[in-house]
Amino acid sequence: MSVPPAARISLKVEFSGGLELLFSNERTHKLSVPATVPKSYGDASGETKPADITFLVHHLRDNHLKERVELFMENATVRPGILVLVNDTDWELEGEGDYVLKDGDEIVFISTLHGG
Amino acid sequence: MPPRTCALCLANRAMLKRPKTGQQICRDCFFYVFETEVHNTIIQSNLFKPGDRVAIGASGGKDSTVLAYVMKTLNERYQYGLELFLLSIDEGITGYRDDSLETVKRNQQQYSMPLKILSYDELYGWTMDAIVSQVGKKNNCTFCGVFRRQALDRGAAMLGVDHIVTGHNADDIAETVLMNIMRGDIARLGRCTAICTQGEDTIRRSKPFKYAYEKEIVMYAYFKKLDYFSTECIYSPDAYRGHARVFLKDLEAARPSAIIDIIHSGEAFEVREEVKATQKAQQTCKRCGYMSSNDLCKACTLLEGLERGMANAGITDRARKKLDAEGPPPDNLRTIPFYNPPSSGTASITVEAAPS
Repeated sequence: MSVPPAARISLKVEFSGGLELLFSNERTHKLSVPATVPKSYGDASGETKPADITFLVHHLRDNHLKERVELFMENATVRPGILVLVNDTDWELEGEGDYVLKDGDEIVFISTLHGG
Repeated sequence: MPPRTCALCLANRAMLKRPKTGQQICRDCFFYVFETEVHNTIIQSNLFKPGDRVAIGASGGKDSTVLAYVMKTLNERYQYGLELFLLSIDEGITGYRDDSLETVKRNQQQYSMPLKILSYDELYGWTMDAIVSQVGKKNNCTFCGVFRRQALDRGAAMLGVDHIVTGHNADDIAETVLMNIMRGDIARLGRCTAICTQGEDTIRRSKPFKYAYEKEIVMYAYFKKLDYFSTECIYSPDAYRGHARVFLKDLEAARPSAIIDIIHSGEAFEVREEVKATQKAQQTCKRCGYMSSNDLCKACTLLEGLERGMANAGITDRARKKLDAEGPPPDNLRTIPFYNPPSSGTASITVEAAPS
């Protein structure tokens, strides 16, 4: 085993394409999340896992989202039509919700659902 | 996970998974394939000829912003010889269109293209804000859609352009195919996948992004840091299209090729001649000269209803009959200026002065 993980992870989260309207109209949010979280969200008694994007999405919903949750989440992940980038890379190349967050990561959520 | 290498250049780190092909590619290869596919669409469909004057229908949103950037890039790279313009319609929606037009004005400078803005207020004497205050939020999309279509043609005629290109992307077209199937609108189903449409008196319209996925357009704008505006219209969104859109996005999540597959299905439909023949013959509107399938075009009918305080007259047959029963329109009825379809050399160009 390597060194124990830091207790908390600092992240920069950005919303665009209209999603920022659901998050106090702020595009950029700096936040810190625990490095280790319950395996099933909100269940403190069960097993744990390293914090991943699936955790982050729930965390954003419960702590930062201001309105209309149905425009952000669906079936325990982001709604189809929302693009996610991990340090500027398409999350589909990074394991999507299973991507394990690292200190200093930049996560971008872009809605494609708004008019063109 | 180890970083993946780009499937095309085999050198750089992959940053994007293409929905159309599943390929994992790097940023530079993505720019190259995205632009080249649009170029191939343009060439294969013979959309332009050298010397064409082309207006880009610009809303300030992601699709038209990327379209303006890509059209400028391709025009220079492949020497299409096009003269490009930005054409924006100001529907008069406070807090929505006024903000997005600021984006278009920045695009005008960033891309050094002349910009023409034509407003509903100027053309019809009504802003959408005023229309909604009279008709409410139900049905107002009918007014906006009919008025925008005609305003684009008229704006293009003022610019003296040969051609309007719009930012409709593959997702939009697949949605329209689905909606036409759900409504049983066979005539529209037969034409909605055409890349280029042209009526007798109308200006050519085409969709160079017909095969471009929305995901790639948004990624392109993100990687290129293009300046675009994204807010939903504050008046009732088109609920029916919204359902088609959600359904399509769910299909795409399960199988990314679904979008291009649906477009292909739409293209493969053959509509029999006798079905096409049920469409009314086109004539010109007796009041404003715009193309129409009746004596009065849809915009004139809607406008007359608004002016006479019976806004539904352009929406339902019953309301129209009621309007007609009240007698002919008053002589001082406000009407739309007469439309002179473009013929070479009659253009009157007044473009926006570049903001300093």
